[in-house]
Amino acid sequence: MSRPDAVSAASRPLLQTEKLEIAYVSRDSTTVAVRDASIVVHEGESVALVGESGSGKSTIARAMLGLLPEGSSRIAQGRILIDGQDVTAYSPRQWEGMRGHPVAMVFQDPLSYLNPVLRIGKQIAESVRRHDRSAAREAARVTELLELVHLPASAARAYPHELSGGMRQRVLLAIALGCRPKLLIADEPTTALDVTTQAEILALLKDLRQRLGMAMLLISHDLGVVWEECERAYVMFRSRIVESGVTRQIFSAPQHPYTTGLIKAAKAARNSDNRFETIQGEFSTAVD
Amino acid sequence: MADAPLLVLDQVGKTFHRRGSTPLAAVKAVSLTVHVGEIVALVGESGSGKSTLGRIALGLLPPDSGRVMFDGHDLTGLSRGDFRRVRTGMQPIFQDSTAALNPRRTVRQLLTQALWQNPVDVEARCIGLLEDVGMRPAARFLDSYPHELSGGQRQRVSIARSLAMEPRLIIADEPLSGADVSIRGQVLNLLLDIQDKRDVAYLMITHDISIARAFAHRVAVMMQGEVVEVGPADQVLRTPHHAYTQRLVAAVPVLA
Amino acid sequence: MTSSFLAKMARHRSGTVAGLFILALIVLGILVNFVPQLDPHALSNDVMEPPSAAFVLGTDELGRSVLAGVLYGIQISVTVGFFAALAATVLGVLIGAIAGFYGGWLDAAVMRIAEFFQVIPSFILAAMIVAFAGPGLTQIIVVVGLLAWPQVARVMRGEVLRVKQLEFVDAVRCLGLPEGRVLIGEVIPNAVAPVLAVSTLIVGQAILLEASLSFLGLSSVELVSWGRMLNSGQRFLFNAWWLSFFPGTAIFLTVLAFNVFGDAVGTVLNPKGRR
Repeated sequence: MSRPDAVSAASRPLLQTEKLEIAYVSRDSTTVAVRDASIVVHEGESVALVGESGSGKSTIARAMLGLLPEGSSRIAQGRILIDGQDVTAYSPRQWEGMRGHPVAMVFQDPLSYLNPVLRIGKQIAESVRRHDRSAAREAARVTELLELVHLPASAARAYPHELSGGMRQRVLLAIALGCRPKLLIADEPTTALDVTTQAEILALLKDLRQRLGMAMLLISHDLGVVWEECERAYVMFRSRIVESGVTRQIFSAPQHPYTTGLIKAAKAARNSDNRFETIQGEFSTAVD
Repeated sequence: MADAPLLVLDQVGKTFHRRGSTPLAAVKAVSLTVHVGEIVALVGESGSGKSTLGRIALGLLPPDSGRVMFDGHDLTGLSRGDFRRVRTGMQPIFQDSTAALNPRRTVRQLLTQALWQNPVDVEARCIGLLEDVGMRPAARFLDSYPHELSGGQRQRVSIARSLAMEPRLIIADEPLSGADVSIRGQVLNLLLDIQDKRDVAYLMITHDISIARAFAHRVAVMMQGEVVEVGPADQVLRTPHHAYTQRLVAAVPVLA
Repeated sequence: MTSSFLAKMARHRSGTVAGLFILALIVLGILVNFVPQLDPHALSNDVMEPPSAAFVLGTDELGRSVLAGVLYGIQISVTVGFFAALAATVLGVLIGAIAGFYGGWLDAAVMRIAEFFQVIPSFILAAMIVAFAGPGLTQIIVVVGLLAWPQVARVMRGEVLRVKQLEFVDAVRCLGLPEGRVLIGEVIPNAVAPVLAVSTLIVGQAILLEASLSFLGLSSVELVSWGRMLNSGQRFLFNAWWLSFFPGTAIFLTVLAFNVFGDAVGTVLNPKGRR
């Protein structure tokens, strides 16, 4: 149930998956986590991948960066294209060269992606060095990046544990930006944060996208966040993309019953029986 | 009857002393009342002290100052035995249903444990409790371990266990924050059904403004250990007075 | 729980090998009683024979079979190891659980006492007890039990501190159950698993201590133990290597097996483990 994209055909696709199928393989079973997923993100665009836990949205994100667990998962079908290049069969070494540019990623839990014994400045410098080899500009670039994410220059001297959750997410952003990405994949970047901090981070993301012309793929379960941040959206349910199109259109006239239920439930409004809307029948993810 | 105070927190304070760092005043002279059959939402961000206040109300954490009155009894002045008995009138529902159930006990054992004071007709009562929380056919679940159930089912079992104590107040600490939207509505509806049948009061501790608005009669907003605003849910969350509440409400992304 | 534990253990290769070795030891230690030819006390005229087809591991200065000695030695070592570990575990679990659960001054006091027992040189305490109470297996079991419980208690206390603040413990408290029932019914069963790994390590320590005491002649003469064999064999180290080599190897392999097995149990029971 896809609608014509609002984006003009002129802008180049940065990231594309074509009929992607990803399976998790264990000793005695194979579970397909993603089926027939075709996603495209163009330059400068803000796109959402929406779904509840277990829908397969994070698996797609990992595949897009070559971060699928080796041995226990595989791309069974389809292709992933980054900047027109087929990266589906890339080796870990080839991925190493791609990391951070043109696609970078930030995660839900920044603390586990930061080295606890290294100062923030050093960790940002590492990502700068990856793409700017001249050491002289390094310090200046770190300061510039901190400024970009609205952190004081003094934060460079801090260790991760000394920062709040919101500040850590900013650091992770600075590290990602150090690689000058054209596309940022943000996997539930504000889920662990308080609402007021979430609002700050979302505002920052919007500002950065506009200033740097960066595209964003936001992976989220929160329809409110998606509504405010993304021009287009893909809705995932049980490993499949069940709906895609312009966010406002999806939300005002959803085509798929699951999307309809999800939107009603997210509004947390009571119905005529004075009860909350729930997703009914086969589209409920609750198995009870 | 609806105006009779059930839980009264009177100038309750709690400071945590941690080795090597400055003492943290988690709750500062907070007063809050929950009336019989009322739903009160305690909203605030992480570190605001709302969970600490919930634990104090449940008697799991002794306050440094102030009084906790439940059903006319001053909890701080009771003997150990009386305290345990009075406290059973308040039951918790926790955020993480996995952590709230002993992983080594079956559903039958978990519920039987709640009937320890009067263990007659246990099997039938266990089944009755499971049916009350919408787990049917109940007999099918009796011998399951928590890890064999879905998240929604686990939350229901934990609610069933609370109901076994015939509580007059349920203190729910973020009962929905781990749950997907699709499960959220089911749990909230279950809580409303229970209230219709048993006239329990709820103290719902949550960071989710939209749920507080739709679920509660009254809302108390906590910030840095203090309640900065209390009032009818609609009034507090639509026309907030305190600057912090205004900021909080504005930060919530709203679906048009 | 038990079946998944066994399945995971089976995947741990060195742990499986060690476990099978221990099982084989126990079987041999029992079977040896049913073979009258293998009598560790039987004297013969074949004195100081090197290993041969007739005497697989050779004979000692009185013509006794080293093979019979090594096999009967299993009984002593495994018995001492098992009961010492059991004593230390029971003591450590109870003390550690009470310290961790009730906290406060009780906890502080218990942990100071535990430190006291941990710094006593085990060998000197053992020698003193043997000097006063005479030699015997019970004495060794008591010594190891007394000295090893703090290892168990520390692990138990740490686990209890973790488990007691889990939500299900609070939930049960709110049901009005007395604190003692909360500790025994909820906390201990969920805290005890990692202790098993420590207990297995104590088996090895106990076997080693028994061997050292016997080596120094601080055990009763009737007991055929690996340490005693080493003791009497060391006089002939240069002309009859087999008298020392085989009991020594037995001690080495057995202690190694229990340590590897203990490590494996620890790895498998650790929820944050690899698999």
